[in-house]
Amino acid sequence: MSTGVRTTYRECCKQAIRAALLADPRVFLMGEDVGRYGGCYAVSKGLLEEFGPERIRDTPLSESAFVGAGIGAAIAGMRPIVEIMTVNFSLLALDQILNNAATIPHMSGGQFAIPLVIRMATGGGRQLAAQHSHSLEGWYAHIPGLKILAPATLEDARYMLAPALLDPNPVIIFEHIMLYNMEGELDPSVSSVDIEKAAVRRPGRDVTLVTYGGSLPKTLEAARELAGEGIEAEVVDLRVLRPLDEETILASVRRTRRAVIVDEGWCSGSLAAEIGMRIAEKAFFDLDAPLRRVCSREVPMPYAAHLEQAALPSRERIVAAVHELLGRGG
Amino acid sequence: MALFRMPSLGADMEAGTLVEWLVKPGDVVERGRVVAVVETQKGAIEVECFEEGVVEELLVPLGRKVPVGTPLARIRAPGEPETAPAAPAVPPARAAPPASEPAGAPAPPAPAPAAAAAEPAPAAAPPAAPGPKATPAARRRALELGVPLARVRGTGPEGAITVADVEAAAGAAPAAPAAPPPPAGPAAAERIAAPAVRRGFDPVEMRKAIAAAMSRAKREIPHYYLETVVAMHRALAFLEERNRDRPPPERLLPATLLLKATARALAKTPELNGFWLEGGFRPGPGIHLGWAIALRGGGLVAPAIHDVDRLSLDALMAALRDLVQRARTGGLRSSELSDATLTVTSLGERGAEAVWPVIYPPQVAIVGFGRIVTRPWVDEEGGLVARPVVRVTLAGDHRASDGHLGSRFLAEIEDLLQRPEAL
Repeated sequence: MSTGVRTTYRECCKQAIRAALLADPRVFLMGEDVGRYGGCYAVSKGLLEEFGPERIRDTPLSESAFVGAGIGAAIAGMRPIVEIMTVNFSLLALDQILNNAATIPHMSGGQFAIPLVIRMATGGGRQLAAQHSHSLEGWYAHIPGLKILAPATLEDARYMLAPALLDPNPVIIFEHIMLYNMEGELDPSVSSVDIEKAAVRRPGRDVTLVTYGGSLPKTLEAARELAGEGIEAEVVDLRVLRPLDEETILASVRRTRRAVIVDEGWCSGSLAAEIGMRIAEKAFFDLDAPLRRVCSREVPMPYAAHLEQAALPSRERIVAAVHELLGRGG
Repeated sequence: MALFRMPSLGADMEAGTLVEWLVKPGDVVERGRVVAVVETQKGAIEVECFEEGVVEELLVPLGRKVPVGTPLARIRAPGEPETAPAAPAVPPARAAPPASEPAGAPAPPAPAPAAAAAEPAPAAAPPAAPGPKATPAARRRALELGVPLARVRGTGPEGAITVADVEAAAGAAPAAPAAPPPPAGPAAAERIAAPAVRRGFDPVEMRKAIAAAMSRAKREIPHYYLETVVAMHRALAFLEERNRDRPPPERLLPATLLLKATARALAKTPELNGFWLEGGFRPGPGIHLGWAIALRGGGLVAPAIHDVDRLSLDALMAALRDLVQRARTGGLRSSELSDATLTVTSLGERGAEAVWPVIYPPQVAIVGFGRIVTRPWVDEEGGLVARPVVRVTLAGDHRASDGHLGSRFLAEIEDLLQRPEAL
């Protein structure tokens, strides 16, 4: 098909960091176990040897301190990449992220930019239980002043970091833990991506499936299954969770007249809720079915594998939601 | 089953008072029929209905003021089964049987007629008729195709009617809609013509309406202004020729030419003909020119003359006279008050030389004509002559169009007024 290099999502994340370190001496990586251990998910393996401890910095277990240091470094002119092991741990740094990173450019009247990138792992599926498995992207997408990215493809994992570092605002990149092992060919015709627009990953006419991050592969699988029954689902990958690319979502829903939002976050007060509401506000008269959501069950993530799988959005639940909208079965 | 609702007779109208019913239950109505008179800030307006069928029930008593959108009457589509035995005296005010279940013997209204009758009036907001479940897109499609939802079988979630169901029903329906019941004959015509008791305009209310509309215009619309001076000698000579052997009531006034030229120019620049709604331009469904009429008691209305581009000059003149007459006596129709796609204001013989008008929202432009005056003019040969001229102005909504387009529009009006025989 293409002559792309066979690679993994993990490797794309690493190559993105490597390229950034090579391109700009102001860039450095900092976080728990990113150096000697090579990163909790092995994203930064080998970088300490290549770039040295000045630029690949292991930090103490103190999210608030090292995210705060990253903010200070960014204000002082550096281009820090701060890694937080999982989104659950990032809550320890929420004061730095919300009260400092998101507000200082505003409160200083634009005198200080914060060109900081925070990367964090998110999501469930690896039996890491209730303190390491949640999907809290929607919480961050709630905060004005932040830009939130959710790469779900090899190309986005490889190329979103560069524009994120160029952005004068703090940017958070969410890497879903189930995507790190995803393998495929990196499209050789792509050498950069935007961090503004959602992408239609699969065109279709019957229903729009809006999703992002770790839920994209299951959503595409569901779309393939539906295609076998003659139902053509369009899959919209949000890519950017804040600010939302409303235009792409609405254009798709206006074509298909039906929407299911697939979001690994909990249903109540979720990103899925926000998207559903925007569709209701702006495309109400185009709808030919009620809106539906497939989200995580509202429980702390269970440890047991079968319970964890039951709590997460699945291909089966997406297919069933589409059937309901089309008045089939259910 | 259709609901006839309190119409919006302009962007600034919030409520209206029902002052007269011109139909009663059992009457057959057709599209365009004047069925009621509503008192608004702009005076008493004859309201037309846009459904055809049989009036089944009047829902709002005389003298009641209700918000725009409130159902005023139920109208049964031709061929639709009656929902209640012909006993219109006791309207089932609260327990209207669902229109979607026509099968079986029509259920008599809920057994509380006595109680209902004893109550002086229904609650302020009449209960919504429980129609069939249909999606928003299906409802819109049904409206476009003229398919009554009660005749569509739903296959969507919870049995809701979807777009596909509406389209299937439209395709399956006999090509021609079922023949409507025979028209009511002369009686109906008489009723239309019957002069109703009119109340005059309330100058205080009208002032309020103008204040609201004009404040909104200046607050929301970024106006740009253009002016061009147009030689009128050819147009006036043409009128003199046309009017030579006509008695005064049949003579054409210059306003006819100004209106017609405006309409023809608009046909070439449709970007000025329409509305700014929900953050975007929506073209008008035709060229319906609002004509600003000053009222004797003070105040102003701008009712529409429909399809001006397609009217002959004589027809246009007749429409103009009729409109001015009715505006001053309070006999305007609802469609005339809400339909204008662009307004024209002409100051006439005793007016100022130029007017810089304010756009009537949600329209996107307004055209002004000053008094026709004689002024020095350089003719085609470079000679100085005295010519009748008129100053033509355009105020445009800069969100919807730019000065370049506006200039082309004014140039087209100028050109047309040099070739009056073509109008």
